[in-house]
Amino acid sequence: MGLFILRRAGVMLLTALCLTFIVFFLTNLFPNLEKLAKTQGDMRMSDEQVVSWLEKNGYMQPMPVKYGQWLGLFPGWTLEAEDGTVTGRCIKPGMDPADAPRYCGVLQGDWGQSSVFKDDVSSIISTRLGLTGKLMFWVMLLMVPAALLVGVLAGMREGSKLDRSLSTFSIASTATPEYVSGVIFITIFASSATGLKWFKGTATSAAENATFENFFLPVLTIALYGMGYIARMTRASMTEVMTAQYIRTARLKGVSFRSIVLKHALRNALIAPFTVIMLQFPWLLNGVVIVETLFNYKGFGWTLVQAAGNNDIELLLACSVVAVFVVLITQLISDIGYVFLNPRIRIA
Amino acid sequence: MEPLTWTGVLGGVLNPIFLTACAVFLIAAVAQIFLSFFTSAEAQGDMFVATRGPADYAGLGVKWSFGVIVATILAYLIGGILVPGIEAKGIIGAISTRLLPVWIALVVVFALSITFKRKLGLYGKLFDSVIGMIGFGMVMFWVFTGIFAAMDLIITHDPLTQVSGMKNKVPGTPLSGAGEGDYAYYLLGGDNLARDVFSRMIAGAWEVLKIAPFATVFAFMVGITLGLPAGYYGGRLDTFLSFLANLVLAFPVILLFYLLVTPEIVLTGIPTYMAAVLFLFPIIFLVVLFNSRFYTQPSKRNIFVALTLIIGLWIYLGIAWDADPLGIISLPGNILVVFVSVVFVNSPTVFRIVRGLVLDIRTRDYVAAGQTRGEGAWYIMLWEILPNARGPLIVDFCLRIGYTIILLGTLGFFGLGVSPESPDWGSTINDGRRLLAIFPHPALAPAIALMSLVLGLNLLADGLREESLKD
Repeated sequence: MGLFILRRAGVMLLTALCLTFIVFFLTNLFPNLEKLAKTQGDMRMSDEQVVSWLEKNGYMQPMPVKYGQWLGLFPGWTLEAEDGTVTGRCIKPGMDPADAPRYCGVLQGDWGQSSVFKDDVSSIISTRLGLTGKLMFWVMLLMVPAALLVGVLAGMREGSKLDRSLSTFSIASTATPEYVSGVIFITIFASSATGLKWFKGTATSAAENATFENFFLPVLTIALYGMGYIARMTRASMTEVMTAQYIRTARLKGVSFRSIVLKHALRNALIAPFTVIMLQFPWLLNGVVIVETLFNYKGFGWTLVQAAGNNDIELLLACSVVAVFVVLITQLISDIGYVFLNPRIRIA
Repeated sequence: MEPLTWTGVLGGVLNPIFLTACAVFLIAAVAQIFLSFFTSAEAQGDMFVATRGPADYAGLGVKWSFGVIVATILAYLIGGILVPGIEAKGIIGAISTRLLPVWIALVVVFALSITFKRKLGLYGKLFDSVIGMIGFGMVMFWVFTGIFAAMDLIITHDPLTQVSGMKNKVPGTPLSGAGEGDYAYYLLGGDNLARDVFSRMIAGAWEVLKIAPFATVFAFMVGITLGLPAGYYGGRLDTFLSFLANLVLAFPVILLFYLLVTPEIVLTGIPTYMAAVLFLFPIIFLVVLFNSRFYTQPSKRNIFVALTLIIGLWIYLGIAWDADPLGIISLPGNILVVFVSVVFVNSPTVFRIVRGLVLDIRTRDYVAAGQTRGEGAWYIMLWEILPNARGPLIVDFCLRIGYTIILLGTLGFFGLGVSPESPDWGSTINDGRRLLAIFPHPALAPAIALMSLVLGLNLLADGLREESLKD
C-alpha cells in the first residue's frame, strides 16, 4: 500500500510537471507575449518596441530557462540598465537589488505577480479558491445525497414505473449542460418574463453574504448536471446488487423489503458511486468555470477566465497547477478509498 | 399589424384541453409514485386478489392524460399546418408550417424503418424500444432541420441581417417595414442586434451538425488505432500511451480551450501541426484495416490500399495543411482549431474505453483460436476483437456526439474559435445572457434546441444499449 501511494505520487508529480510545462509553453509563444506586451505597455507599439519591452522584462530568454526560473531551479534573471538601475525577476518594485533573493520560484513559495489584478498570485488564488470552496461545499451537499437517493430508489425495483421516471430524469439532467440549465433557471425564476423573481440572476453579492436568494440558482445549476451521472451509476450498481444471491436468500427468509434495501443492499451498492463522485470533481471544475461566468460569481473559475483571456501567465500557471492537483488528488483518493471500501481488492 | 399569439385560432379549443391534461398528468404521476411505496408493502399479503387500488387508478390517469397531451400537441402541429392564413396559425402553427419538409422526411424515415425493421439489424431493433424511438426521432428532427436549413428551405430571414426596429422584440412581432416577399413576422422574436431568433436557431443546427459528428468519428479513429495495440500488447507501449491519455484527461477542458482556441495560437501554426498528427490516424486505421483483411489476396489489397491512400492523403493535405493540389478542399483556420481541440479532448476517453474492452476480449477463446491459426496481430485486433466490442462502442458513439455538441456550445459560450456573428447555439446563448433577466427569449431558443438534441442522442444511446443487451 505504501509503495502504491509512493508510485502514484511520483506519477502525479511527473504529470503536474508535464502539464505546467505545456501551459508554460503555450502561454509563452511569441504571439501571446506580443499580446501581453501590448496590453501591459502600449497598444500602438511597433515590433521593435515589443521585442525590447519583452527583453527588458525577461521574456526573451530560452523557454527551459524561463520555466526553470518559474519553478525556482534556476536563479531569477537580472538586468542592468544603462543608467545603472538593476531590474530582475526576484526584485520587487521598491526593493534594493542587493537584498533580493537569488531564487524565487514555486519551490521557494513565490508564485509571482498577476499582471491583470496587480497583486500577488498566491493571495489571489487563496481568496478565490475560498469562494469557490464555499460554492462547491453547497453543491456537494445538494448533489451527493440527491443523486444517491434518486439512484437507490430507481435501482431498488428495476423496470418499475418509479425506475422509468427517475431514469428519464437522470438522462435529462446529464443532457443539460450548465449554460443551458442556468439560462432556463434564470428565465423561470429570476426574469421579468415570468414575473416570479424568486431568486437573483447574479451571485456577485454571494461572495460576501451568501443567502438562499442569491446562491441557490448557481448551486442548483452545477449540482443538476453532475447529479444525473452519479444517479445512473448508483442505479446500475444497485440493480446489480439487488440480483445478487444473498439478496434472494434474504427475501426467501422473509426479510421485509425495506430492511433488505437498507441493511443488505445499500452498503454494497454505494461502493461504485464513491469512485464516481470522486472522479466527478474534474467535471465540476468545468461547471464551476461556466456557472461563475454566467452568474458573475468572482471565484476560481472566474479568475481562470480572466487570466486566460488576458494571457496573465503566472496567474494562469497557478490556476492550472491548482486544477491539475485537484484532478490528480481526487483520483488518488478514489483509488485508495476503493480499496478500503471493498476489501476484496488488494493492491500489492 | 397585430403581433401573433402562440396558438392562433386553435388555441381557443385546444388550450383548455391541453392545460387540464397537463394538470391531471402531473397530479396522477406524483400520486402514482407515492402510492407505489405503500401498495407493494400491502401486496405481499394478498398477491392474487385483483382489485384496483388507488395506485392503479393513478396509473390509468397518467396513461390517459399523457395520451391526451400527445394528441393535443399533434393537433397543434398538424392543425397549424392546415389552418390557412398566418394570423390564424399562431406562432406554433407557423413554425410547424415552416418545418413541413422536416415532418415529411421524418414520416418517410419512420414508415420505411418500421416496415423493414426485421431486416435492418441493430438499427431495426431500435424501433422495438419506445425510448430509443423517441431519441431517434429527436435526433433525426435536428438532422433534417440542419440539412434543410443548409438548403435554405426553413429559414424565414437571413440569420445575420439586422432589421431596424426589431431589437429585443417578443416572439410573434410583425416585421417593421416588411417589403414584398419578406416573411412578415419574427416568429421567435428578435435578439439584441435585431436579428431573427428563429432563423438563427435553425441555422445553428447546421453549424453544430457540420462539426460534431465528424469530430467524433475522428476521435474514435484515433482512440481505436491507439487503444487496440495498447490493450492487446500491453507492456511499455500501454504504460506510455495510458500516461499520455491521463495527461490530457487531467487537463481541465476549459483551460485547454482557452489556451488552444485563440487567434494567437492559430498564428503560431500549432493547430496545423496537431491536425497533421491527429488526422494521420484515420488513414493509418483504414490502411491497416484493409491490409490485414486482404493480405492473402494481394491484387484486391493493392486496390483498396491505393484507393485509401490517394483519397485519404488528398483530403489530409487539404484539411490539415491547406495544400490541396486541386484546390477543392480547405478548412478555415478558426474551424480547424475548434475541430482539432475537440478531437484532442475526446480521443483519450475513447482510447481508455477501447483499451478496457480489448483487455477483456483478449482473453476469450476465439482470440486464442485466431492466434493458433497464425493470424496476424492486426487482423485479430481489427477483425476479431473490434467487431465484438461494437455494442459498447456504438452506444458510446451516440453519447459522445452529444458530449461534443456540449463542448462546442461551451466554446461558443466563451466566445472562442467561432466568429462573433456566427449563429451557432453556444455563441447565441452567450449573446443573450447579458439581458437574460429582461429579454430571455434570444438565449432560451438555442438553449432548448441544444438540450433537445443532446437529450435525443442520450435517449438514442439508452435505447441502443437496451436493445444490444437483448442479443
